Amino acid sequence: MSIILDKVNYFYSEKTAYEAHALKDVSLKIGDGEFIGIIGHTGSGKSTLIQHLNGLVKASSGGIYYNGQDIYDADFDKKELRGKVGLVFQYPEHQLFETNVFADVCYGPKNRGFSRKQSELKAFAALRSVGLPEGYWYRSPFELSGGQKRRAAIAGVLAMEPEVLVLDEPTAGLDPKGRDEILDQVAKLHRERRMTVILVSHSMEDVAKYVSRLIVMNRGSVLYDGMPKEVFAHYHELEEVGLAAPQVTYLVHELRRRGIPAEGVATTLEEAKQSILRAFSEKHGNGKLSGAAGMFR
Amino acid sequence: MNFIEARKLVHEFIRRDEDDNVESILTALDGVDLDVKQGEFVAVLGHNGSGKSTLAKHLNVLLTPGSGTLWVDGKDAGDADNLWDIRQSTGMVFQNPDNQIIASVVEEDVAFGPENIGVPTQEIWKRVEKSLRSVGMIQYREHSPNKLSGGQKQRIAIAGVMAMEPKCIVLDEPTAMLDPNGRKEVLDAVEQLNREKGMTVILITHYMEEVVRADRVYVMDDGKVVMQGTPREIFSQVDKLKSYRLDVPQVTLLAHELRKSGLQIPQGILTRQELVEALCQLY
Repeated sequence: MSIILDKVNYFYSEKTAYEAHALKDVSLKIGDGEFIGIIGHTGSGKSTLIQHLNGLVKASSGGIYYNGQDIYDADFDKKELRGKVGLVFQYPEHQLFETNVFADVCYGPKNRGFSRKQSELKAFAALRSVGLPEGYWYRSPFELSGGQKRRAAIAGVLAMEPEVLVLDEPTAGLDPKGRDEILDQVAKLHRERRMTVILVSHSMEDVAKYVSRLIVMNRGSVLYDGMPKEVFAHYHELEEVGLAAPQVTYLVHELRRRGIPAEGVATTLEEAKQSILRAFSEKHGNGKLSGAAGMFR
Repeated sequence: MNFIEARKLVHEFIRRDEDDNVESILTALDGVDLDVKQGEFVAVLGHNGSGKSTLAKHLNVLLTPGSGTLWVDGKDAGDADNLWDIRQSTGMVFQNPDNQIIASVVEEDVAFGPENIGVPTQEIWKRVEKSLRSVGMIQYREHSPNKLSGGQKQRIAIAGVMAMEPKCIVLDEPTAMLDPNGRKEVLDAVEQLNREKGMTVILITHYMEEVVRADRVYVMDDGKVVMQGTPREIFSQVDKLKSYRLDVPQVTLLAHELRKSGLQIPQGILTRQELVEALCQLY
């Protein structure tokens, strides 16, 4: 599986007074099994970009290739593409409509023409993989908490058995534990099924923790594309486009400025912790680390 | 008397079937005591379904107490005669900016509230200007709201509440749908209203970083208030917070972890600056 975007441009309300150039010459290659984060301020083109990936929005110019096939070819099966690239929108629970969760998750595969039995098997597997306890499956979506509804909605997309899972801010409005649970579950899908995952997020801390590649969008163009460490090293430039690096990145930088040689670009809590502990133990041995000297390397 | 005083506040959502028999009872608020002084900045934390929003809706009488008492600005919220007075003294801002803006021009949207309660026209325009200035949106007064960013729209919603000249503003997850920039804009505006105009602020949020700015924090779980104190007191209890499905700011957690590894960092670090200072002193 691979998705290639070649010089994709997109205009909203083309040839009217309200014309807006939402994507500008975006070229990307998304490889099999990647875990990619996309960040960018509101209106930077993130959502427009991901809607191109399954053909919901058609590029004004440029090409998109799924497994080498041009998705804009007349004989390309768009319906199948939408099954393969599963898109989870913001607040997906607003799209739950069936009387119970299980029926809702069955809707996708049924609609694709699978038999009732097959659909139910797929729904069963999908609900399991999002970790929604079985006790909730036959309840009305209204009886579920925010986090549970979110999972049910993600299961609805997973039941289509996509190769690529695209999530647009899947944790918006959830409490901290709910945020961690959803993202841990997504990371597990990526790890165990080698599913390609694309995560659109406003949380720098989250993308730093989970993704291996980070794409920064700004005014419709790709500003940075690299490992989180590489991208967050440009925190100054990120601030100029309305973004920021994780708190710990600033902290470690600030420490260096103040003369504590904490090394590297820390993007996660664990990295910052190691970096700081290393600086302290180089100067003081384990003296300052009273009581836990044995635990510390 | 405090500006807001709740005593043993209970609210139940009762579901009935077609024959009016009770099917289930959900106790959303279970004996809540809450005290907010005039001019205070209070944050309310709690996981999804903990009762935060139900509590917020009581503060301007969108819901009324099932049992217990709630006094807002010296008026009993259980008494229907006080409804309009309380709604004027306590304004509310919700999560989704798009659901709260109704007019096609910013200044008209802000004017909607005061116009609705019969404020004279001259006075309305004064209020509109003052409110838009106080949230830093005066230069957008003749713009269309739908071309604004989320953070800007949310500030317009706040200005709309300000134009009613309330004594207190209740914000129910006002930044949940915003990007980091928008979150900062809204929080800065709220903090400024509190510090400079003495507005009483009640902020409900899931972002631990936003709570740091508050004078006091209430933590809710299962319809009850389970913790209260200053941000420093609350965030010193990392493990207890986690048991309520909550978290602490990332730097507080880092300080906690470093302490566990043996560095003698003081308890209750809340900001990056504080941790930097603590580490520099130790080094």
